[in-house]
Amino acid sequence: MSSRRIVPIGPYHPLQEEPEFFKLIVEGETVVDLEINLGYNHRGHEFISPELTYDQIPFLVERICGICSNSHPLATVLAVEDICGIKAPPRGAYIRTIVHELERVHSHLLWVGLAGHFIGYNTVWMWAWRYREHILEVFEMITGNRNHYAANKPGGTRRDILPEQIPQILAALSVAEKKTMMLTNAVLDDPVIRARLERVGVLTREQAVAYSVLGPTARGSGYDIDVRRDEPWDAYGEIPFNVIVCKEGDVFAKAKVRLLETFESIRIIRECLSKLPDGPIEARIDEVPPGEGIGHAEAPRGEVFHYMRSDGTNRPLRHKVRAPSYMNIASNVVAVKGGSIADAALTLAAVDPCYCCTERMAAFEDGKLKLTGKDLLRLSWQKTEQIKERF
Amino acid sequence: MREAEAGLKQRVPEAEVFEHNPRRLYIRIPRERLTEAAKFLHRERGMRLAICTGIDTREGFEVLYHFSEDTTGTMYTLKVLAPKDDPRVDSQAPWFPAADWIEREMHELLGIDFPGHPNMIPLLTSDTDWDKSKYPLRRDYERRNEAHEQ
Repeated sequence: MSSRRIVPIGPYHPLQEEPEFFKLIVEGETVVDLEINLGYNHRGHEFISPELTYDQIPFLVERICGICSNSHPLATVLAVEDICGIKAPPRGAYIRTIVHELERVHSHLLWVGLAGHFIGYNTVWMWAWRYREHILEVFEMITGNRNHYAANKPGGTRRDILPEQIPQILAALSVAEKKTMMLTNAVLDDPVIRARLERVGVLTREQAVAYSVLGPTARGSGYDIDVRRDEPWDAYGEIPFNVIVCKEGDVFAKAKVRLLETFESIRIIRECLSKLPDGPIEARIDEVPPGEGIGHAEAPRGEVFHYMRSDGTNRPLRHKVRAPSYMNIASNVVAVKGGSIADAALTLAAVDPCYCCTERMAAFEDGKLKLTGKDLLRLSWQKTEQIKERF
Repeated sequence: MREAEAGLKQRVPEAEVFEHNPRRLYIRIPRERLTEAAKFLHRERGMRLAICTGIDTREGFEVLYHFSEDTTGTMYTLKVLAPKDDPRVDSQAPWFPAADWIEREMHELLGIDFPGHPNMIPLLTSDTDWDKSKYPLRRDYERRNEAHEQ
């Protein structure tokens, strides 16, 4: 009799809270194989997109993911601009770059928090998400939304950054940078985190190339790719930055890549704000000629790829969307092999599969604000004191 | 002419190259030569597969393999055409795991066959009661039918 057993993770995993089904095939404690089932959350974007006009599609693809909600519309408008052969004017290009990098900062902090949560280190989770809050407030100020920013449109951007907002953005960035530095030192020096993450879920460079993985998953395995440097769009060609690459390929290397990239992003945003040119924020597109266009942008998780074919009407003929997780999740099949069951959930989460869960609470009564964030904090302290007394 | 383009022309003389702009190349090749061309781009030129796109056009099913050359930031798109009455394209998954999922997806949504694929089971609808004879990305798919209204 074979000693193989199946350990299911999913379709709704209590830890990942995400509809994906991983069947771990185990012998004793060791994972020997993995089967992945997808499609629980399939929403048919490629089917809907040809029924919408070019101006509406950015709003549709924004809703693919709540965390990458700038990358998909950005890749879409880059594809439309590729068909038309135009570029966004300098000011629009810089604003798009700023919003895109802000998204990377908040997404990486989110992942660090989740990684802390997965290994049972909830303090890391709470603090990382607290520091992420500063970035979300910047988003709320410059785009009007904490998520789903609607910042891009074919030819440029929808909202301008006002001069009086720049000092506030810089102040929020300084706070976020200082706190992230503290968090980075704490995470990279912590012996418990190192022991838990090092040599876990290793993806070698050869495997990374064979599966064509992207973003921090690839750069953590020593596969040096970054669309921002390889094919610069918008303002990236004019702003210097480093591409962080680690060779080890384990979960710790991916964490290191993400944490160090955050500082590069903050540097890019500062540089963009100091160089922000004057002029219009969008170029006018009168009509989209027949043809084909490809737009790809480096999302926090890796390259987002959009292919669009136009037949000269105001709707595309075909719109292909490829998110980075599509390539990264497939590589889990080799990354979890040989590891133990306890490490599997962490390895599966290391590629940062997407989900959206940003909410904020405000209690209203008769149209008036009843409790503010400070009140909630005070209530939480009171509750803690009560619990202390009881035990 | 670029090295990769020249090498590809040497391997597959029938290749027709259309340059949309210096960083976007569309290369039309006969479908029998796809494996050879893809192997050349990935193994010899070190390109990464971005994704494949399947399109139902008037001439037949077009399958586009988007390869990205990261050292120069150029996208090479291989285009093959499969006629409507014989929708077959050789599978690239046996030698290239990155093509595995997308070929399964195209088989499911467009009804293109990929002979040689090691594991051709549905990707997105594997445990649903989806009618396997319906292909939603085909042109003749009924966009407003009973299944949609429910």
